Amino acid sequence: MKKVLVLGATSAIAQATVRLLAARGAALYLVGRNPERLQAVAQDARTRGAARVETEALDLDDLARHEALVTRAEEALGGLDGALLAHGILGDQAQAQGSYAETEKVLHTNFLSAVSLLTPLANRFESQKAGTLVVISSVAGDRGRQSNYVYGASKGALNVFLQGLRNRLARSGVAVVTVKPGFVDTPMTAAMKKNPLFASPEAVARGIVRAVETRQDEVYLPDFWRPIMFLIRGIPERVFKRLKL
Amino acid sequence: MKTERTSWGRYPRVKAQPVHPVSWTSEPLPVPPAGGTLLPHGQGRSYGDSCLNEGGTLLTTERLDHFLGFDPATGVLRCESGVTLDTIVRLVAPQGWFPPVTPGTKFVTVGGAIANDVHGKNHVREGTFGRHLRRFELVRSDCSRRECSPTENRDWFEATIGGLGLTGLITWAELQLRRVSNPYILQETIPFENLEGFLSILEESERDFEFNVAWVDSLARGRHLGRGLFYRGDYAPPQFDAVPRARAIPSGLGVPFDFPGFALNRVSVAAFNALQYRMRPQGLVHYEPFFYPLDAVHGWNRIYGRQGFLQFQCGVPMSHAGVDALREILDRSAHSGMPSFLTVLKVYGDVPSPGWMSFPKRGFSLALDFANRGERTYRLVDELDAVTRRAGGRVYPAKDSRMSPESFRAYYPEHERFARYVDPAFSSSFWRRVNGAG
Ligand SMILES: Cc1cc2nc3c(=O)[nH]c(=O)nc-3n(C[C@H](O)[C@H](O)[C@H](O)COP(=O)(O)OP(=O)(O)OC[C@H]3O[C@@H](n4cnc5c(N)ncnc54)[C@H](O)[C@@H]3O)c2cc1C
Repeated sequence: MKKVLVLGATSAIAQATVRLLAARGAALYLVGRNPERLQAVAQDARTRGAARVETEALDLDDLARHEALVTRAEEALGGLDGALLAHGILGDQAQAQGSYAETEKVLHTNFLSAVSLLTPLANRFESQKAGTLVVISSVAGDRGRQSNYVYGASKGALNVFLQGLRNRLARSGVAVVTVKPGFVDTPMTAAMKKNPLFASPEAVARGIVRAVETRQDEVYLPDFWRPIMFLIRGIPERVFKRLKL
Repeated sequence: MKTERTSWGRYPRVKAQPVHPVSWTSEPLPVPPAGGTLLPHGQGRSYGDSCLNEGGTLLTTERLDHFLGFDPATGVLRCESGVTLDTIVRLVAPQGWFPPVTPGTKFVTVGGAIANDVHGKNHVREGTFGRHLRRFELVRSDCSRRECSPTENRDWFEATIGGLGLTGLITWAELQLRRVSNPYILQETIPFENLEGFLSILEESERDFEFNVAWVDSLARGRHLGRGLFYRGDYAPPQFDAVPRARAIPSGLGVPFDFPGFALNRVSVAAFNALQYRMRPQGLVHYEPFFYPLDAVHGWNRIYGRQGFLQFQCGVPMSHAGVDALREILDRSAHSGMPSFLTVLKVYGDVPSPGWMSFPKRGFSLALDFANRGERTYRLVDELDAVTRRAGGRVYPAKDSRMSPESFRAYYPEHERFARYVDPAFSSSFWRRVNGAG
């Protein structure tokens, strides 16, 4: 990936990935909500060797502006060969159970806005017969659990969408990488008690770049989550529904 | 979020503290809960309690780690305060630049390096870290922000360099790096039989070499008291034909668990010293093993076990009284039955630091590491403190967990002026201790 659009560029995982891409001399179009933070990420990327860095402050919940955003990024960098979708929210499960509005917020940001961005991106990449779409999903999308099934559902829906997209784009040589991190030590999880399952954003970023370079379809980060999720998916529903997970 | 943060010496231990990660320079500081205080915390590479704040909140800067710009033509680097020297070196060394002053580990943050005004093996030539600072921003708990430099807000600049994190949070800084022609150091190692031997090599070394440091065999006594190896070196010239002896050390080694308390005893220290005495690197060495010999083993502090260890680092004047103090300190520790695992002797020059509370002063510096054996160890360290005070020396707060309020006042005559610049919402375990409040 040499000309990359990064959505949610101020998130911890995106920042760490941006640093790796910058050090490889990539050109970057960074999108996030907060202009000051975006500037910090951009300056950092420039200092670390990015060929060029453009920024745009935008709330990605505003789906109507996605199409034009992709066009601007493409024009600014003189083409695109990669996109990293890293924006997302954890939401509040308890609140979502009490109010559909909260549930919709999570689905809107994590699923609908991703789909709305992936649609123009996929079409461009398909017609240029090249490009890599990297989307940060979550292990939470592998199975619904009482503790966070709203967030899980938004990511689960995303996973299925990406599967279909991958299937469609395979013949055009466009890669679709579904990234499934487990717990990552970021501001998003600041309120959680840390345990050895937590990975650093830097480790996740290295995994992302490796997955892109080795053209993987779906990657668990760190990879110990693959067997864990295999087991969790394998528990019969009859048993699963009585577990407190 | 509450987590247990320890300092590098893992003594003293404080209860799990609330941690507030600061991720962006534009963020306002949190308001501490009633009666609580704040303290910035970098990589916790200080040994004692100056980076801890029992009962208060730690402002961690791990994520305050963006570069703001680097000019490869002038060597001026701007970065946020949580950027580590490791990250800086990896960015600038390939472009022919290096931090002009670096401590013995690269895993320190710029904020921590300023707050302790750290020094390296070249204090005689380059002084402390603070001398190479062009400017930084200081944020106070009242939300005020000040850009500080030798000309702008000069009093805040001078109070904050060596200011132990108490004057506010440094959000970003601008440093002047120095040119280096290659990543290699031309090194010499010279054995000396005792302290007199060290002194006789010193003058010539100080004059002819930028980097000077000595390792001392802590178990040697009598006429061998103070025997050791003198390491001296300079950045290698741009062209060199010799084949480098050592390259960058592969990192990734680690100490995966706490060693049992008995692992470090006279026998193991003697074995280590014997080995050290035989290793005499000469010629071209990469900067990694030269500047950061211990960094190759991550978490080496864990070999001291759960009880942790105490480092005692003092500076004493370059005088008869100073040399006598060195002798007495080495003698007391050799006879204590609690040998120092690593003993390092350095010299400080008289290049002044802008910082009022900066530690190094023209003279000798001696650092010793003692496994924590409870009261016996504390008593020994207290004795060494008394020796230092009698000699008109001082103890380094970054390494300290014992100095008394009386010692602190004697060591740092500027403390009263400094105290007026301490942020009312900031405090540390160290600060309360040396002010007799805790
Ligand atoms: C192996 C080893 C070798 C060492 N060698 C040397 C040496 O040769 N010379 C030397 O001088 N020191 C040396 N040290 C000590 C080390 O350089 C200092 O303790 C350094 O300050 C640690 O930086 P840190 O980022 O870990 O800060 P911490 O230890 O986390 O904090 C140090 C101080 O800085 C303050 N601080 C941190 N960030 C900020 C900020 N953003 N704004 C304001 N205040 C802040 C803290 O409140 C605290 O008072 C060594 C330490 C180790 C472990």
